[in-house]
Amino acid sequence: MTSETTTESPEAADVPPSGPAPEKKRVPQGHGRLLTRRDRFTLALMAGVPTILHVALVWVTALASIALAFTTWDGIGFDAIKWVGLDNFTQLFSDNPQFWPAVEHNIIWFVALILIPTPMGLFLALQLDKNIRFSRVYQTAYFLPVVVSLAVTGFVWQLVYNPDTGLINSIIGANTPGHYIDWIGDPDLNLWAVLVAASWRHTGYMMILYLAGLKGVDPSLREASALDGANEWQTFKNVVFPTLRPTNTVVLVVTIIEALRAFDLVFVFNKGAQGTELLSILITNNIIGESSRIGYGSAIAVVLLVISLAVIIPYLIATFRKERRA
Amino acid sequence: MHRSSFGQPNTGSSRRAVLRGLGGAAVLGAGIPLLSACGGSSSSAGDSKTVTLGSNSSDAVPKKAFAEIYAAFTKKTGTKVDVNTKDHNTFQEQINSYLQGTPDDVFTWFAGYRMQFFAAKNLASPIDDVWTKIGGNFPDAMQKLSKGADGKYYFVPLYTYPWALFYRKSVFQEKGYQVPTTWDQLVALCKQMKKDGMVPIAFGDKDAWPAMGTFDQINFRLNGYDFHVELMAGKAAWTDAKVKAVFDHWAELLPYHQDGFMGRTWQDAAQTLVSKKAGMYLLGTFVAQQFTNKADLDDLDFFAFPEINSAYGQDTVEAPTDGFMLSKSPKNHAAAVKLLEYLGTPEAEQIYLKADSSVVAASSKADTSSYTALQKKAYSMISGAKSLTQFMDRDSRPDFTSTVMQPGLQKFLQNPKGVDSLLSSIERQKKQIFAS
Repeated sequence: MTSETTTESPEAADVPPSGPAPEKKRVPQGHGRLLTRRDRFTLALMAGVPTILHVALVWVTALASIALAFTTWDGIGFDAIKWVGLDNFTQLFSDNPQFWPAVEHNIIWFVALILIPTPMGLFLALQLDKNIRFSRVYQTAYFLPVVVSLAVTGFVWQLVYNPDTGLINSIIGANTPGHYIDWIGDPDLNLWAVLVAASWRHTGYMMILYLAGLKGVDPSLREASALDGANEWQTFKNVVFPTLRPTNTVVLVVTIIEALRAFDLVFVFNKGAQGTELLSILITNNIIGESSRIGYGSAIAVVLLVISLAVIIPYLIATFRKERRA
Repeated sequence: MHRSSFGQPNTGSSRRAVLRGLGGAAVLGAGIPLLSACGGSSSSAGDSKTVTLGSNSSDAVPKKAFAEIYAAFTKKTGTKVDVNTKDHNTFQEQINSYLQGTPDDVFTWFAGYRMQFFAAKNLASPIDDVWTKIGGNFPDAMQKLSKGADGKYYFVPLYTYPWALFYRKSVFQEKGYQVPTTWDQLVALCKQMKKDGMVPIAFGDKDAWPAMGTFDQINFRLNGYDFHVELMAGKAAWTDAKVKAVFDHWAELLPYHQDGFMGRTWQDAAQTLVSKKAGMYLLGTFVAQQFTNKADLDDLDFFAFPEINSAYGQDTVEAPTDGFMLSKSPKNHAAAVKLLEYLGTPEAEQIYLKADSSVVAASSKADTSSYTALQKKAYSMISGAKSLTQFMDRDSRPDFTSTVMQPGLQKFLQNPKGVDSLLSSIERQKKQIFAS
């Protein structure tokens, strides 16, 4: 495309103007003179509308949310907004019994997703990449949980974990008085129970990402390492895994995002009761509903935003630096 | 070249005329039902004969019952009721923005603090004029429930239901249990049931609100109605020794509750009463919905939570009441008032109760002859009460109960020994919320 326009431009400058817009000729070098008024209008429309939408729906709302974090507001009438400074944050950090557990659970969520389903997904992807029989069937089976809505996943798993009629307790006979295993309610158990469900889904997601990454690994690399006498593990460790570097970055970012926005599964599972508090659920509980605490909820949202930025900014810096070097 | 749908040669301008004509026909079409509705009554002409109503009764049974009430109203007055039904939970979650936007003239809501909150925010209109007509239909306790903090009426109650301890008559008869009337008798009965291999008290707190019901019962039996009101309004301190005593009593009863309750819904807990595995269950009369077998339902009975403090006896009944309110600036004020007046009659309540037998009429004038045994008992329990409470989340700020009390009570249930630190944490958060 660019070569086409550059070949066109000297031509346009040489040929005397046959049509209107002679002032265009006076415009010195640059892109401007290549664009008719119509082009500029189209460009403005195509760049402007998304910009306006982006600013209005992302930046304005984010900044409004940050501003609201320093106020108290019940959501009824704008004159009810009262400036309270840092009160929301001090209350959040010192008096809210659910806040620190929620932060902890978000971190556990991330660590668990990185430690268990991610290697599992990589393992499955490696197996499926070998073109074994029925590979498509396995691929579909493992990927299916990702396609299913998380709300449905949560609903299905809470049926599995139901203390009286659930699958697990019925099989191991833990649904009689005195022997209950309360998978959903016990604060020592429920986070892990729900993480099993989350991992079940995340494995399929990671598998697809790695499978795509593996398709991009040059087969001649494997061949070369085989010729050098490396065994399968050595090939993977020294040749395949290093070439998966871009995929690993994507996997890391996706997993961080998954951990920070974890919500629907837990909300359906037990509404974020003790043991499964998450930042996203605290925000929802405080903002949604009647006589909502919008200021307080926004303060929690700001904390979540700061955590997200702390994770994403170093990643972006690293990426941009690499691009500049390239 | 152009040909209109009427098959005549056409130009641009006459096409516009056709469009105009179509628009006019649409307006006329919309007008026809209004005109025909006008025919029935002789009241002030020119007044639009439709009143809009926002409803949260999305379940099939109540929805149909309400539709019958509105149909009867239309038949009587000629005013059409335009109902806008939303999912029950969605309605509650959106109530703030709904009432601030362009709400329907009349909307369904709950009595108690949750009604007074919107009245105080000027999101509802006072309806003292309605109450001059319907006041005689209701007992004092209901009248008290329908007033805002400013002493004006804002609410028309339709039906109510009590919370109580439910049990199976056949089980009590077979095992020779007596209905307990004092705390000591209740504890003794629990012990006996446990010895007999039963679950003394069925319990499920997955939804986090059932525990509030238990707290309420022990609290107003022990500390009385006035303390309940003060505590819920944020005036009394949660660190008060009186509150501590409530939790001490609760902790005494806790070993007799069905275990594994944190992951159990109230429906599943009710099933243990249906299957006679549990002896008692503290819940509202809606527990009867789980008794689908007629013989089981006939076997179901209940008694008021036993006396703890002789100063208060069993004088308070927790009876959540549902009804209607008038929005801040109804489009059709006159018709909305008429509708509210009608909804406050025993006639309207009876139409509702015919369809839904798990509740009782709020009015003391309603005909009780068609009541089931459970309804009769519920009715006499409510009408005999000195004071009526609504429920923790209806008597207090919803933001406080949902973000502090629900997790707080669950925490107590998991660790009854940590009451002191829990209560000071609740008190700190309460002060912050009630100060805003």
